[in-house]
Amino acid sequence: MIDGFLALYIFMLAAFTGYEIIARVPVILHTPLMSGSNFVHGIVLVGAMIALGHANTPFEIAIGFVGVLLGAGNAAGGYVVTERMLEMFKSSKPGAGKEAK
Amino acid sequence: MSWLPTIIKACYFLAALLFILGLKRMSSPRTARGGIVWAGYGMLLAVLATFFLPDMHNRGLIIAAVLIGVSAAWWTGRRVAMTAMPQMVALYNGMGGGAAAAIGAVELIGYARSSGLLHAVPDTSPLRPEAWAVNGLPPALSPTELALGVLGALIGAVSFSGSMIAFAKLQGWMDKRFVFPGQRAVNLLLLAAAVVVGVLLAIGHASPALIAAFFALALAFGLMMTLPIGGADMPVVISLYNAFTGLAVSFEGFVLGNEAMIIAGMVVGAAGTLLTQLMAKAMNRSIGNVLFGSFGAAGGEAQAIEGAQKPVDAADAAVMMAYAERVVIVPGYGLAVAQAQHKVWEFAQLLIKRGVKVKFAIHPVAGRMPGHMNVLLAEAGVPYDLIADMDDINPEFPATDVALVIGANDVVNPVAKTDPASPIYGMPILDVVNAKQVIVIKRGKGTGFAGIENALFYADNTRMLYGDGQAAVGELVNEVKAIDG
Repeated sequence: MIDGFLALYIFMLAAFTGYEIIARVPVILHTPLMSGSNFVHGIVLVGAMIALGHANTPFEIAIGFVGVLLGAGNAAGGYVVTERMLEMFKSSKPGAGKEAK
Repeated sequence: MSWLPTIIKACYFLAALLFILGLKRMSSPRTARGGIVWAGYGMLLAVLATFFLPDMHNRGLIIAAVLIGVSAAWWTGRRVAMTAMPQMVALYNGMGGGAAAAIGAVELIGYARSSGLLHAVPDTSPLRPEAWAVNGLPPALSPTELALGVLGALIGAVSFSGSMIAFAKLQGWMDKRFVFPGQRAVNLLLLAAAVVVGVLLAIGHASPALIAAFFALALAFGLMMTLPIGGADMPVVISLYNAFTGLAVSFEGFVLGNEAMIIAGMVVGAAGTLLTQLMAKAMNRSIGNVLFGSFGAAGGEAQAIEGAQKPVDAADAAVMMAYAERVVIVPGYGLAVAQAQHKVWEFAQLLIKRGVKVKFAIHPVAGRMPGHMNVLLAEAGVPYDLIADMDDINPEFPATDVALVIGANDVVNPVAKTDPASPIYGMPILDVVNAKQVIVIKRGKGTGFAGIENALFYADNTRMLYGDGQAAVGELVNEVKAIDG
């Protein structure tokens, strides 16, 4: 059970955390980070699974199914795209990447 | 089995921790790669734990939906070109918003049913206490939960339809801005209607017709709000919808009593909001202006630009750079469109071999999102420490021998500093005009994306190298090779 005020504290602290993470980020990482945060809200998949897991009528099940499909797409797609972007970041200092120069 | 709920809760806690640490690592180029992997483990842990929640039905369907969703997204995500990344982010983000809306829909329908408005079978409500005991959810939805559930569904649905339009626009399926008189009033009415119906739902008047009307209105509002926005503003809009989805996930997480969703969603909501502000600021526009304004609405006659554009051929341009001490390359989105980033890096490497100090200068909104150009250069193999931000490179331009501008226009236009009547007045720019020599590679003599004349092209120290980006840089490469012998 999440008490109303406890939830408010969680909301507040999580919001500060998100704000602080972005505030110090260099511009070159904005797109990957946006993509990364897009992946993180793929946690919606968990909620969709719970909703489908407790759906009863065929209509609810259908909506829940679509929800899980979309949530899974968010999580998997967000991961692949972010990973592909970050894969490319290399340093020109020796030893930091295989094609470093 | 009393230890199972504790283990599942612990998994959610670990997942939330991994998400935050992962995002933290993603905020530095050195650790960024590991960051997404950490967050990925968090996601895997949370999803696996959810399978073991007691009292879950439809497990077969859940597994099927997860498999289909994951493999479809994995496949498309692997195949898409790097230039198409922004619209893929929009697409996956829209899916997340849709999932949040779907959760809200299942909750509301179940609530309507359990409160006897649909069929009088309260025992089979998805929100019946036994079903949720493991989550510690209260027997019925409290007013706060109902309100946040409705709000999350509203935001999620808007994010879903809006992101899909953003995707279609960036993908080039929908080029035109869709504008008609009184549009703003229509949009406001749609939003107001959605909110009114939402309030009715939230105070307990759940009926199938109202629920259907609510989602129809929310989806329509997301659609109508995004249609009039032009392609250049899309990054800001996508970032905003990313924040929206985060909030929607957080609110639905509260209704489900799932801490991992609350925390991850809210972190993304806040981070996304700040990122949206940073992007809008870099483009010298407010978020309100992007959503409700139209570009170039500033009045006044623009100052006339005097002088003529002075052309240069590739051979001369190559000589200027080959014997320079410092060269700064300023790539714009035109470079990515021409797929010239690999050629540019080849050219830069030739200069570096000759002992020229080469840097790449990136405007915050170069490309289609902040940092998009960095990704495109990184794809071509340019090391990130040769890439400089606007604030770092601007003081260096006076000591720069040659600035090479490829496919960038408005972000190097000095009019932004000199002409208060210009629509881009006040926008931070790269002070390329301060370099000793400027070479601009450009297709023709036309104006930029915003249709504004560029004073840089007429400056005394600027030479124009006309041609397609890819071909022009190819010529430069050959000319420098010829000098090297």
